[in-house]
Amino acid sequence: MQTKVTLENLNVHFGSNHAVKDVSLDFPENSVTAIIGPSGCGKSTVLRSLNRMHDLVPSARVTGRIMLDNTDIYDRAVDPVAVRRRIGMVFQKPNPFPAMSIHDNVVAGYKLTGSLKRSDAEDIVESCLKRVALWDEVKDRLKTSAMDLSGGQQQRLCIARTIAVQPEVILMDEPCSALDPIATLKIEELIEELKEQYTVIIVTHNMQQAARVSDSTAFFYMGELIEFGLTKKIFTTPEKRQTEDYITGRFG
Amino acid sequence: MEREHYSKQFDTELNEIREKLLEMGGKVEFMINDALKALVDRDSVLAEKVIAFDHKINRLEMDIDERCLEVLARRQPAARDLRFITLALKIVTDLERMGDQCRNIGKRAIELNELPPLKPYIDLPRMALHASVMVKEALNAFVAGDDQLALKVCRDDQFVDDLNEQIQRELLTFMMADPATIARAMKINHVAKCVERIADHATNVAEMVIFMVKGKDIRHTAV
Repeated sequence: MQTKVTLENLNVHFGSNHAVKDVSLDFPENSVTAIIGPSGCGKSTVLRSLNRMHDLVPSARVTGRIMLDNTDIYDRAVDPVAVRRRIGMVFQKPNPFPAMSIHDNVVAGYKLTGSLKRSDAEDIVESCLKRVALWDEVKDRLKTSAMDLSGGQQQRLCIARTIAVQPEVILMDEPCSALDPIATLKIEELIEELKEQYTVIIVTHNMQQAARVSDSTAFFYMGELIEFGLTKKIFTTPEKRQTEDYITGRFG
Repeated sequence: MEREHYSKQFDTELNEIREKLLEMGGKVEFMINDALKALVDRDSVLAEKVIAFDHKINRLEMDIDERCLEVLARRQPAARDLRFITLALKIVTDLERMGDQCRNIGKRAIELNELPPLKPYIDLPRMALHASVMVKEALNAFVAGDDQLALKVCRDDQFVDDLNEQIQRELLTFMMADPATIARAMKINHVAKCVERIADHATNVAEMVIFMVKGKDIRHTAV
């Protein structure tokens, strides 16, 4: 399988805290990779470094390389905004822009990146909302506030907003942790569809979710990558004792 | 030493399944020995007991199946636990079939006991003893997670197969020499076949144990 994103000896420090330790990893293209591990293992830190979100944290220091295709996203010549356009992110809690309508939320990212014709906007809104299976539920009230939607609908709206700018990679940080089981299943179904076009990297605390949605799984512990492999293998016959203990719920 | 789960109840559930499987295996061993004893000693009362006992094996199968399904539904086991549960579900089927084979041996014993003896049973008890040891060792391997012992069981199957062939050849000479022996020889042949099947089931269990321990599937390969 083709590699889309590569971590080469990635280290992340927050002041004296060494949060991610020398991680090298290839994320395959058009597939879903889950990052699992206990709280504080560095999984969200890895995800955030893929989007250059640590740029905003003064104490954070990122070393090593992160390659998106052939571009080092931490290269001085690279604009972080351009990186975030190619690598979109969906957060734990649905975060539509509260003052905007459903319609405006979808094109919000798009508007920031340049001029947008009204007719184009409508096409984008429709196609993105269809892709996240929200169109039928909201097509008659596109001008109403996004805050009127349920949590699951809001999260799908956020995914629509993310894909509107046509990214190549979608990062998801616990995208279902604030949702009920049915809304969760809808998002999972959507993730399955998204991988046809995008490379999806998802951080989740829910191991069954990782097992259900991902093709590959990376297990992190104390800032280190312990094991990375096909999800099928990780959840049936992992190589490492630590992985086994974690996914079976044993004392590590 | 296996580490404990955060959920003690989960540990308890898995242990209970393990113990039930051992109980079932122990009962099957007894059945094999009694079935052969009923044949060799021409004891039809014992044979009837063996036949009736199969019911208990069937109940155990249902009980273990139910426990496994519950663990699957409630715990969504992964990795080693998942392999253990899927293995337990398959082992019960093999054990249950062993019980059925013992029942068949019991039936043949009753029929043979009503006829004059064809010949003293020598190889058949040896074969059955070997098969019951295989059952015991396969289950011991399962409990201890001992893949070496499991591998030994897989290899031991050849001995039982060889004895079975030897018995068949011998019975064939009887039948060719005197057609009046055919009915009895066929029944004895069936008993040998049943024992041979029991050893095959024990081999299945051993192969699955290797899968559980090593995560490596050695079924349908030469060992």
